[in-house]
Amino acid sequence: MILIIVAGPPSSGKTSVIRQIIRHFISEKKITYLKIDVVQAFEDEELKKEFGIPTRKVYSGDLCPDHTGIMVLEDAITWAENEEADILIFESAGLCLRCTPYTTQSLGICVISSISGVNAPLKMAPMVALADIAVVTKTDLISQAEKEVFRECIEKVTNTTEIIETNALEGTGLRYLMRRINEAPTLAKGDKVLLRGSPPLGVCTICVGKKEIGWQHHFGVVRPLDGADNIYRGD
Amino acid sequence: MTIIHEITVLPGINKQGEREEFIPIIIRPGDCLSIVGPTGSGKTAFINDIEVFAQGDTATKRIVLVNGEVPDEMLVRDPAQKPIAMITQNTKCFADLTVNDFLIMHIKARGLSDASIVDRVISVANGFTGEYVTPEMRVTSLSGGQTRALLISDALVIGNKPIILLDEIENAGIFKEKVISCLKNNKRAVIFVTHDPYVALLSERRIVMKNGAVTKVIEPGPSEEAALFEIRRMDECLHSLRERIRSGEQILGIA
Repeated sequence: MILIIVAGPPSSGKTSVIRQIIRHFISEKKITYLKIDVVQAFEDEELKKEFGIPTRKVYSGDLCPDHTGIMVLEDAITWAENEEADILIFESAGLCLRCTPYTTQSLGICVISSISGVNAPLKMAPMVALADIAVVTKTDLISQAEKEVFRECIEKVTNTTEIIETNALEGTGLRYLMRRINEAPTLAKGDKVLLRGSPPLGVCTICVGKKEIGWQHHFGVVRPLDGADNIYRGD
Repeated sequence: MTIIHEITVLPGINKQGEREEFIPIIIRPGDCLSIVGPTGSGKTAFINDIEVFAQGDTATKRIVLVNGEVPDEMLVRDPAQKPIAMITQNTKCFADLTVNDFLIMHIKARGLSDASIVDRVISVANGFTGEYVTPEMRVTSLSGGQTRALLISDALVIGNKPIILLDEIENAGIFKEKVISCLKNNKRAVIFVTHDPYVALLSERRIVMKNGAVTKVIEPGPSEEAALFEIRRMDECLHSLRERIRSGEQILGIA
Protein backbone atom coordinates (compact mmCIF):
# COMPACT_ATOMS: atom_id res chain seq x y z
CA MET A 1 0.00 0.00 0.00
CA ILE A 2 1.11 3.53 -0.78
CA LEU A 3 0.67 6.20 1.90
CA ILE A 4 0.09 9.69 0.52
CA ILE A 5 0.18 12.52 3.05
CA VAL A 6 -1.29 15.79 1.85
CA ALA A 7 -0.59 18.96 3.81
CA GLY A 8 -1.15 22.60 3.03
CA PRO A 9 -2.97 25.62 4.40
CA PRO A 10 -6.78 25.87 4.33
CA SER A 11 -8.24 26.72 0.89
CA SER A 12 -4.99 25.91 -0.88
CA GLY A 13 -6.72 23.23 -2.95
CA LYS A 14 -5.71 20.02 -1.12
CA THR A 15 -9.05 18.36 -1.74
CA SER A 16 -9.11 19.40 -5.40
CA VAL A 17 -5.70 17.82 -5.90
CA ILE A 18 -6.86 14.69 -4.03
CA ARG A 19 -9.97 14.52 -6.20
CA GLN A 20 -7.74 14.50 -9.31
CA ILE A 21 -5.58 11.75 -7.79
CA ILE A 22 -8.65 9.61 -7.05
CA ARG A 23 -10.12 10.26 -10.50
CA HIS A 24 -6.84 9.23 -12.13
CA PHE A 25 -6.31 5.99 -10.18
CA ILE A 26 -9.79 4.80 -9.29
CA SER A 27 -10.17 2.41 -12.20
CA GLU A 28 -6.98 0.52 -11.34
CA LYS A 29 -6.47 0.95 -7.60
CA LYS A 30 -8.46 0.70 -4.39
CA ILE A 31 -8.27 4.04 -2.60
CA THR A 32 -9.04 4.95 1.02
CA TYR A 33 -9.13 8.41 2.51
CA LEU A 34 -8.77 9.93 5.98
CA LYS A 35 -9.37 13.59 6.75
CA ILE A 36 -8.15 15.29 9.91
CA ASP A 37 -9.82 18.57 10.73
CA VAL A 38 -10.50 20.78 13.70
CA VAL A 39 -14.16 21.69 13.86
CA GLN A 40 -15.97 20.71 10.68
CA ALA A 41 -15.07 18.79 7.54
CA PHE A 42 -17.19 17.56 4.67
CA GLU A 43 -14.55 16.20 2.33
CA ASP A 44 -14.92 12.59 3.52
CA GLU A 45 -18.65 12.57 2.76
CA GLU A 46 -18.17 14.31 -0.59
CA LEU A 47 -15.47 11.91 -1.74
CA LYS A 48 -17.39 8.87 -0.52
CA LYS A 49 -20.46 10.03 -2.42
CA GLU A 50 -18.54 10.97 -5.56
CA PHE A 51 -16.25 7.95 -5.85
CA GLY A 52 -17.77 5.35 -3.52
CA ILE A 53 -14.48 4.84 -1.67
CA PRO A 54 -14.07 4.09 2.06
CA THR A 55 -13.44 7.39 3.89
CA ARG A 56 -13.08 8.50 7.49
CA LYS A 57 -12.58 11.72 9.40
CA VAL A 58 -11.38 12.79 12.81
CA TYR A 59 -12.03 16.13 14.50
CA SER A 60 -9.19 17.26 16.71
CA GLY A 61 -11.42 19.69 18.62
CA ASP A 62 -9.28 21.57 21.10
CA LEU A 63 -6.18 19.49 20.44
CA CYS A 64 -3.49 20.22 17.87
CA PRO A 65 -4.70 18.63 14.58
CA ASP A 66 -1.25 17.38 13.65
CA HIS A 67 -0.95 15.73 17.08
CA THR A 68 -4.28 14.07 16.35
CA GLY A 69 -3.20 12.93 12.93
CA ILE A 70 0.05 11.44 14.18
CA MET A 71 -1.82 9.71 17.01
CA VAL A 72 -4.30 7.91 14.74
CA LEU A 73 -2.13 7.36 11.68
CA GLU A 74 -0.93 3.90 12.65
CA ASP A 75 -4.54 2.75 13.21
CA ALA A 76 -5.49 4.35 9.91
CA ILE A 77 -2.83 2.31 8.08
CA THR A 78 -4.25 -0.86 9.66
CA TRP A 79 -7.80 0.20 8.70
CA ALA A 80 -6.76 0.86 5.10
CA GLU A 81 -4.91 -2.46 4.92
CA ASN A 82 -8.00 -4.24 6.22
CA GLU A 83 -9.93 -2.54 3.42
CA GLU A 84 -7.31 -4.06 1.08
CA ALA A 85 -6.46 -0.59 -0.19
CA ASP A 86 -3.65 0.14 -2.63
CA ILE A 87 -3.54 3.78 -1.59
CA LEU A 88 -4.28 5.58 1.68
CA ILE A 89 -4.66 9.32 1.26
CA PHE A 90 -4.23 11.21 4.50
CA GLU A 91 -5.33 14.85 4.38
CA SER A 92 -4.11 17.10 7.17
CA ALA A 93 -6.13 19.98 8.60
CA GLY A 94 -3.53 22.31 7.20
CA LEU A 95 -3.23 24.69 10.10
CA CYS A 96 0.28 24.45 11.45
CA LEU A 97 3.06 25.34 9.06
CA ARG A 98 5.71 24.37 11.56
CA CYS A 99 4.91 20.73 12.35
CA THR A 100 4.44 18.87 9.18
CA PRO A 101 2.85 15.44 9.37
CA TYR A 102 4.94 13.82 6.60
CA THR A 103 6.39 10.46 7.54
CA THR A 104 9.01 8.10 6.27
CA GLN A 105 7.76 5.54 3.70
CA SER A 106 5.10 7.96 2.46
CA LEU A 107 4.75 10.37 -0.40
CA GLY A 108 4.52 13.83 1.14
CA ILE A 109 2.61 16.39 -0.89
CA CYS A 110 2.46 20.03 0.09
CA VAL A 111 -0.37 21.89 -1.64
CA ILE A 112 0.19 25.61 -1.77
CA SER A 113 -1.88 28.24 -3.50
CA SER A 114 -0.09 30.58 -5.87
CA ILE A 115 -2.40 33.40 -4.86
CA SER A 116 -1.18 33.27 -1.27
CA GLY A 117 1.58 35.73 -2.14
CA VAL A 118 5.05 35.26 -3.56
CA ASN A 119 6.60 35.03 -0.09
CA ALA A 120 4.28 32.24 1.07
CA PRO A 121 6.78 29.42 0.45
CA LEU A 122 9.29 31.19 2.73
CA LYS A 123 6.69 31.53 5.47
CA MET A 124 5.77 27.86 5.20
CA ALA A 125 9.32 26.65 4.81
CA PRO A 126 9.14 23.45 6.93
CA MET A 127 5.92 22.31 5.26
CA VAL A 128 7.43 22.89 1.81
CA ALA A 129 10.94 21.67 2.47
CA LEU A 130 9.97 18.34 4.07
CA ALA A 131 7.57 17.45 1.27
CA ASP A 132 8.53 15.30 -1.71
CA ILE A 133 6.36 17.39 -3.97
CA ALA A 134 5.02 20.93 -3.80
CA VAL A 135 1.84 21.23 -5.85
CA VAL A 136 1.29 24.90 -6.67
CA THR A 137 -2.41 25.49 -7.36
CA LYS A 138 -4.49 28.21 -9.03
CA THR A 139 -1.73 29.18 -11.45
CA ASP A 140 -4.39 30.08 -14.01
CA LEU A 141 -5.26 33.08 -11.86
CA ILE A 142 -1.87 34.67 -11.40
CA SER A 143 0.36 36.69 -13.69
CA GLN A 144 3.36 35.27 -15.51
CA ALA A 145 5.65 37.37 -13.31
CA GLU A 146 4.20 35.94 -10.10
CA LYS A 147 4.28 32.39 -11.47
CA GLU A 148 8.01 32.68 -12.12
CA VAL A 149 8.77 34.40 -8.83
CA PHE A 150 6.69 31.88 -6.86
CA ARG A 151 8.67 28.98 -8.28
CA GLU A 152 11.92 30.75 -7.53
CA CYS A 153 10.77 31.35 -3.98
CA ILE A 154 10.14 27.63 -3.47
CA GLU A 155 13.55 26.86 -4.92
CA LYS A 156 15.03 29.25 -2.36
CA VAL A 157 13.46 27.16 0.42
CA THR A 158 14.43 23.75 -0.94
CA ASN A 159 16.00 22.15 -3.95
CA THR A 160 14.82 18.65 -3.11
CA THR A 161 11.08 19.21 -3.40
CA GLU A 162 9.68 18.66 -6.88
CA ILE A 163 7.49 21.57 -7.98
CA ILE A 164 4.31 20.93 -9.97
CA GLU A 165 2.17 23.85 -11.12
CA THR A 166 -1.50 23.23 -11.74
CA ASN A 167 -5.01 24.49 -12.04
CA ALA A 168 -6.28 21.66 -9.88
CA LEU A 169 -9.90 22.10 -10.89
CA GLU A 170 -8.92 21.28 -14.48
CA GLY A 171 -6.04 19.01 -13.48
CA THR A 172 -3.60 20.70 -15.85
CA GLY A 173 0.03 19.69 -15.33
CA LEU A 174 -0.78 16.93 -12.83
CA ARG A 175 0.67 14.22 -15.08
CA TYR A 176 3.95 14.70 -13.19
CA LEU A 177 2.20 14.12 -9.87
CA MET A 178 0.56 10.91 -11.14
CA ARG A 179 3.97 9.74 -12.35
CA ARG A 180 5.43 10.25 -8.85
CA ILE A 181 2.53 8.36 -7.27
CA ASN A 182 3.07 5.52 -9.72
CA GLU A 183 6.72 5.38 -8.69
CA ALA A 184 6.06 5.82 -4.95
CA PRO A 185 7.39 3.12 -2.60
CA THR A 186 4.90 0.94 -0.75
CA LEU A 187 4.81 0.66 3.04
CA ALA A 188 7.16 -2.11 4.12
CA LYS A 189 5.63 -4.58 6.55
CA GLY A 190 7.22 -4.39 9.97
CA ASP A 191 9.24 -1.26 9.27
CA LYS A 192 8.51 1.63 11.58
CA VAL A 193 6.85 4.66 10.05
CA LEU A 194 8.39 7.77 11.60
CA LEU A 195 7.88 11.51 11.31
CA ARG A 196 10.31 13.15 8.94
CA GLY A 197 10.77 16.46 10.62
CA SER A 198 11.82 17.55 14.07
CA PRO A 199 8.85 19.07 15.85
CA PRO A 200 9.13 22.45 17.62
CA LEU A 201 10.01 22.94 21.28
CA GLY A 202 8.18 20.38 23.39
CA VAL A 203 4.93 20.65 25.27
CA CYS A 204 3.72 17.10 24.54
CA THR A 205 5.31 13.78 23.65
CA ILE A 206 5.22 14.59 19.95
CA CYS A 207 6.51 18.10 20.48
CA VAL A 208 9.24 16.67 22.71
CA GLY A 209 10.52 14.83 19.71
CA LYS A 210 9.05 11.33 19.65
CA LYS A 211 8.69 10.51 15.99
CA GLU A 212 6.70 7.29 16.29
CA ILE A 213 3.21 7.33 14.86
CA GLY A 214 0.33 5.63 16.73
CA TRP A 215 -1.23 6.37 20.10
CA GLN A 216 0.48 3.39 21.78
CA HIS A 217 3.78 5.27 21.67
CA HIS A 218 2.61 8.40 23.43
CA PHE A 219 1.15 9.56 26.73
CA GLY A 220 -0.99 12.56 27.62
CA VAL A 221 -3.91 12.91 25.22
CA VAL A 222 -4.04 9.55 23.44
CA ARG A 223 -6.87 8.14 21.36
CA PRO A 224 -7.20 5.33 18.86
CA LEU A 225 -8.80 5.94 15.47
CA ASP A 226 -12.03 4.28 16.64
CA GLY A 227 -13.67 6.72 18.99
CA ALA A 228 -11.40 9.59 18.01
CA ASP A 229 -14.24 11.43 16.34
CA ASN A 230 -14.03 14.37 18.70
CA ILE A 231 -10.67 13.82 20.17
CA TYR A 232 -10.42 16.38 22.93
CA ARG A 233 -12.52 19.11 24.46
CA GLY A 234 -10.67 21.76 26.44
CA ASP A 235 -11.84 23.43 29.62
CA MET B 1 16.22 28.86 -24.47
CA THR B 2 14.89 26.61 -27.22
CA ILE B 3 13.89 28.60 -30.29
CA ILE B 4 10.33 27.78 -31.23
CA HIS B 5 9.82 27.40 -34.98
CA GLU B 6 6.44 25.76 -34.78
CA ILE B 7 3.95 24.08 -32.53
CA THR B 8 1.85 21.23 -33.89
CA VAL B 9 -1.50 20.10 -32.51
CA LEU B 10 -2.41 16.53 -33.44
CA PRO B 11 -6.04 15.32 -33.33
CA GLY B 12 -7.54 13.66 -30.25
CA ILE B 13 -11.09 12.62 -29.43
CA ASN B 14 -14.43 14.35 -28.92
CA LYS B 15 -16.67 14.06 -25.87
CA GLN B 16 -18.02 10.70 -27.08
CA GLY B 17 -14.52 9.35 -27.54
CA GLU B 18 -14.61 9.47 -31.35
CA ARG B 19 -11.52 10.61 -33.27
CA GLU B 20 -11.52 14.23 -34.38
CA GLU B 21 -10.75 14.72 -38.02
CA PHE B 22 -8.40 17.53 -38.77
CA ILE B 23 -5.10 17.97 -40.48
CA PRO B 24 -2.41 18.71 -37.84
CA ILE B 25 -2.65 22.38 -36.89
CA ILE B 26 0.71 24.10 -37.13
CA ILE B 27 1.25 27.39 -35.32
CA ARG B 28 4.24 29.55 -36.21
CA PRO B 29 5.62 32.85 -34.87
CA GLY B 30 3.50 35.75 -36.14
CA ASP B 31 0.37 33.62 -36.59
CA CYS B 32 -2.98 34.78 -35.29
CA LEU B 33 -5.65 32.17 -34.61
CA SER B 34 -9.03 32.26 -32.98
CA ILE B 35 -10.92 29.40 -31.39
CA VAL B 36 -14.70 29.71 -31.74
CA GLY B 37 -17.70 27.60 -30.83
CA PRO B 38 -20.58 27.47 -28.36
CA THR B 39 -20.06 27.36 -24.60
CA GLY B 40 -18.95 23.87 -23.58
CA SER B 41 -17.68 22.99 -27.05
CA GLY B 42 -14.09 22.56 -25.86
CA LYS B 43 -12.44 25.89 -26.67
CA THR B 44 -10.70 26.26 -23.34
CA ALA B 45 -9.73 22.58 -23.33
CA PHE B 46 -8.06 23.18 -26.70
CA ILE B 47 -5.83 25.98 -25.46
CA ASN B 48 -5.24 24.15 -22.18
CA ASP B 49 -3.83 21.32 -24.30
CA ILE B 50 -1.43 23.78 -25.89
CA GLU B 51 -0.59 25.35 -22.53
CA VAL B 52 0.38 22.02 -20.93
CA PHE B 53 1.81 20.50 -24.14
CA ALA B 54 -0.62 17.61 -23.92
CA GLN B 55 0.87 14.20 -24.71
CA GLY B 56 -2.32 12.21 -25.01
CA ASP B 57 -2.71 12.57 -21.25
CA THR B 58 -5.54 15.10 -21.11
CA ALA B 59 -9.25 14.38 -21.51
CA THR B 60 -9.02 15.27 -25.22
CA LYS B 61 -6.10 12.86 -25.88
CA ARG B 62 -4.50 15.43 -28.16
CA ILE B 63 -0.75 15.61 -28.65
CA VAL B 64 1.13 18.88 -28.93
CA LEU B 65 4.63 18.93 -30.41
CA VAL B 66 7.30 21.63 -30.37
CA ASN B 67 9.40 21.86 -33.53
CA GLY B 68 7.95 18.50 -34.53
CA GLU B 69 9.07 16.71 -31.38
CA VAL B 70 7.91 15.92 -27.86
CA PRO B 71 9.10 18.96 -25.88
CA ASP B 72 11.75 18.81 -23.21
CA GLU B 73 10.22 18.44 -19.74
CA MET B 74 11.59 21.67 -18.29
CA LEU B 75 10.25 23.58 -21.29
CA VAL B 76 6.82 22.44 -20.18
CA ARG B 77 7.26 22.72 -16.42
CA ASP B 78 9.39 25.75 -15.59
CA PRO B 79 7.26 28.88 -16.06
CA ALA B 80 10.36 30.91 -16.91
CA GLN B 81 11.43 28.50 -19.68
CA LYS B 82 7.95 27.81 -20.96
CA PRO B 83 7.39 29.45 -24.36
CA ILE B 84 3.73 30.16 -23.61
CA ALA B 85 1.94 32.80 -21.58
CA MET B 86 -1.75 32.22 -20.97
CA ILE B 87 -3.88 35.17 -19.96
CA THR B 88 -7.51 34.53 -19.04
CA GLN B 89 -10.29 36.80 -17.88
CA ASN B 90 -9.40 35.67 -14.34
CA THR B 91 -5.67 36.32 -14.54
CA LYS B 92 -4.61 39.06 -12.16
CA CYS B 93 -1.63 40.54 -10.39
CA PHE B 94 -1.99 39.62 -6.72
CA ALA B 95 1.18 41.19 -5.34
CA ASP B 96 0.46 44.37 -3.42
CA LEU B 97 3.08 46.33 -5.36
CA THR B 98 3.26 49.34 -7.64
CA VAL B 99 3.46 48.69 -11.38
CA ASN B 100 7.10 49.74 -11.24
CA ASP B 101 8.02 47.36 -8.37
CA PHE B 102 5.96 44.56 -9.88
CA LEU B 103 7.86 44.77 -13.17
CA ILE B 104 11.20 45.07 -11.38
CA MET B 105 10.35 41.88 -9.46
CA HIS B 106 9.85 40.09 -12.79
CA ILE B 107 12.95 41.66 -14.37
CA LYS B 108 15.08 40.52 -11.43
CA ALA B 109 13.61 37.01 -11.56
CA ARG B 110 14.69 36.88 -15.19
CA GLY B 111 18.20 38.02 -14.33
CA LEU B 112 17.81 41.12 -16.51
CA SER B 113 19.35 44.36 -15.36
CA ASP B 114 18.26 47.02 -17.83
CA ALA B 115 15.95 49.36 -15.87
CA SER B 116 14.62 50.95 -19.05
CA ILE B 117 12.63 47.74 -19.60
CA VAL B 118 10.04 49.01 -17.09
CA ASP B 119 9.33 52.05 -19.26
CA ARG B 120 9.15 49.88 -22.35
CA VAL B 121 6.61 47.49 -20.80
CA ILE B 122 4.45 50.40 -19.65
CA SER B 123 4.61 52.16 -23.00
CA VAL B 124 3.69 48.97 -24.89
CA ALA B 125 0.82 48.38 -22.43
CA ASN B 126 -0.43 51.90 -22.97
CA GLY B 127 -0.59 51.21 -26.68
CA PHE B 128 -3.17 48.50 -25.88
CA THR B 129 -5.50 50.48 -23.62
CA GLY B 130 -7.04 53.93 -23.49
CA GLU B 131 -6.81 54.07 -19.70
CA TYR B 132 -3.16 54.91 -19.14
CA VAL B 133 -1.05 52.83 -16.79
CA THR B 134 1.57 54.73 -14.77
CA PRO B 135 4.52 53.29 -12.79
CA GLU B 136 3.14 54.54 -9.45
CA MET B 137 -0.22 52.76 -9.75
CA ARG B 138 -0.71 49.66 -7.62
CA VAL B 139 -1.16 46.54 -9.74
CA THR B 140 -4.03 45.38 -7.54
CA SER B 141 -6.08 48.48 -8.35
CA LEU B 142 -5.66 48.38 -12.14
CA SER B 143 -8.85 47.98 -14.17
CA GLY B 144 -9.53 44.84 -16.20
CA GLY B 145 -8.30 46.53 -19.37
CA GLN B 146 -5.16 47.89 -17.74
CA THR B 147 -4.37 44.53 -16.16
CA ARG B 148 -4.77 42.68 -19.47
CA ALA B 149 -2.70 45.30 -21.31
CA LEU B 150 0.07 45.08 -18.71
CA LEU B 151 0.04 41.27 -18.65
CA ILE B 152 0.27 41.02 -22.44
CA SER B 153 3.05 43.60 -22.56
CA ASP B 154 4.91 41.88 -19.71
CA ALA B 155 4.64 38.49 -21.45
CA LEU B 156 5.96 40.09 -24.65
CA VAL B 157 8.79 42.27 -23.31
CA ILE B 158 10.05 40.63 -20.08
CA GLY B 159 8.69 37.08 -20.46
CA ASN B 160 9.78 37.10 -24.11
CA LYS B 161 7.12 34.48 -24.84
CA PRO B 162 6.81 33.43 -28.47
CA ILE B 163 3.20 32.27 -27.95
CA ILE B 164 0.46 34.12 -26.13
CA LEU B 165 -2.91 32.52 -25.37
CA LEU B 166 -5.79 34.88 -24.61
CA ASP B 167 -8.92 33.29 -23.19
CA GLU B 168 -12.07 35.40 -23.60
CA ILE B 169 -10.63 38.80 -22.89
CA GLU B 170 -13.16 40.65 -25.06
CA ASN B 171 -14.82 42.63 -22.31
CA ALA B 172 -11.54 43.83 -20.95
CA GLY B 173 -11.36 47.15 -22.76
CA ILE B 174 -8.22 46.69 -24.83
CA PHE B 175 -7.55 47.63 -28.45
CA LYS B 176 -7.64 44.15 -29.98
CA GLU B 177 -6.34 45.15 -33.39
CA LYS B 178 -3.34 46.89 -31.84
CA VAL B 179 -2.58 43.85 -29.69
CA ILE B 180 -2.66 41.61 -32.75
CA SER B 181 -0.50 43.89 -34.93
CA CYS B 182 2.02 44.45 -32.13
CA LEU B 183 2.39 40.71 -31.48
CA LYS B 184 2.64 40.03 -35.20
CA ASN B 185 5.31 42.71 -35.65
CA ASN B 186 7.25 41.09 -32.82
CA LYS B 187 6.93 37.66 -34.45
CA ARG B 188 4.76 36.21 -31.70
CA ALA B 189 1.90 33.82 -32.22
CA VAL B 190 -1.37 34.73 -30.58
CA ILE B 191 -4.34 32.46 -30.05
CA PHE B 192 -7.69 33.86 -28.94
CA VAL B 193 -10.55 31.96 -27.44
CA THR B 194 -13.35 34.29 -28.37
CA HIS B 195 -17.01 35.01 -28.90
CA ASP B 196 -16.18 38.42 -30.37
CA PRO B 197 -16.89 38.62 -34.13
CA TYR B 198 -14.29 41.35 -34.57
CA VAL B 199 -11.48 39.30 -33.02
CA ALA B 200 -12.60 36.17 -34.86
CA LEU B 201 -12.47 37.92 -38.23
CA LEU B 202 -9.21 39.68 -37.44
CA SER B 203 -7.41 36.35 -37.09
CA GLU B 204 -6.07 34.55 -40.14
CA ARG B 205 -7.29 31.15 -39.05
CA ARG B 206 -10.45 30.21 -37.23
CA ILE B 207 -10.68 26.92 -35.42
CA VAL B 208 -14.30 25.85 -35.00
CA MET B 209 -15.13 23.65 -32.01
CA LYS B 210 -18.14 21.45 -31.41
CA ASN B 211 -18.77 18.73 -28.87
CA GLY B 212 -15.19 18.77 -27.64
CA ALA B 213 -13.66 18.41 -31.10
CA VAL B 214 -12.22 20.62 -33.82
CA THR B 215 -14.75 20.38 -36.63
CA LYS B 216 -13.38 22.93 -39.04
CA VAL B 217 -10.37 25.13 -39.65
CA ILE B 218 -11.34 28.17 -41.69
CA GLU B 219 -8.71 30.19 -43.51
CA PRO B 220 -10.84 32.94 -44.99
CA GLY B 221 -8.05 34.77 -46.88
CA PRO B 222 -9.49 37.87 -48.49
CA SER B 223 -13.04 36.42 -48.66
CA GLU B 224 -14.14 38.06 -45.39
CA GLU B 225 -12.55 41.46 -46.01
CA ALA B 226 -15.82 43.21 -46.73
CA ALA B 227 -17.35 41.80 -43.54
CA LEU B 228 -14.27 42.76 -41.55
CA PHE B 229 -14.47 46.30 -42.91
CA GLU B 230 -18.08 46.52 -41.77
CA ILE B 231 -17.35 45.05 -38.31
CA ARG B 232 -14.45 47.45 -37.83
CA ARG B 233 -16.79 50.33 -38.58
CA MET B 234 -19.34 48.97 -36.09
CA ASP B 235 -16.63 48.47 -33.47
CA GLU B 236 -15.46 52.06 -33.91
CA CYS B 237 -19.04 53.22 -33.67
CA LEU B 238 -19.57 51.30 -30.41
CA HIS B 239 -16.26 52.59 -29.10
CA SER B 240 -17.18 56.23 -29.69
CA LEU B 241 -20.64 55.62 -28.28
CA ARG B 242 -19.10 54.13 -25.15
CA GLU B 243 -16.84 57.15 -24.76
CA ARG B 244 -19.80 59.51 -25.18
CA ILE B 245 -21.82 57.67 -22.54
CA ARG B 246 -18.85 57.65 -20.19
CA SER B 247 -18.42 61.38 -20.56
CA GLY B 248 -22.03 61.90 -19.52
CA GLU B 249 -23.58 62.72 -22.86
CA GLN B 250 -27.24 62.12 -23.56
CA ILE B 251 -27.36 59.96 -26.72
CA LEU B 252 -29.86 61.44 -29.13
CA GLY B 253 -28.34 59.95 -32.26
CA ILE B 254 -25.63 57.44 -33.22
CA ALA B 255 -23.39 59.26 -35.61
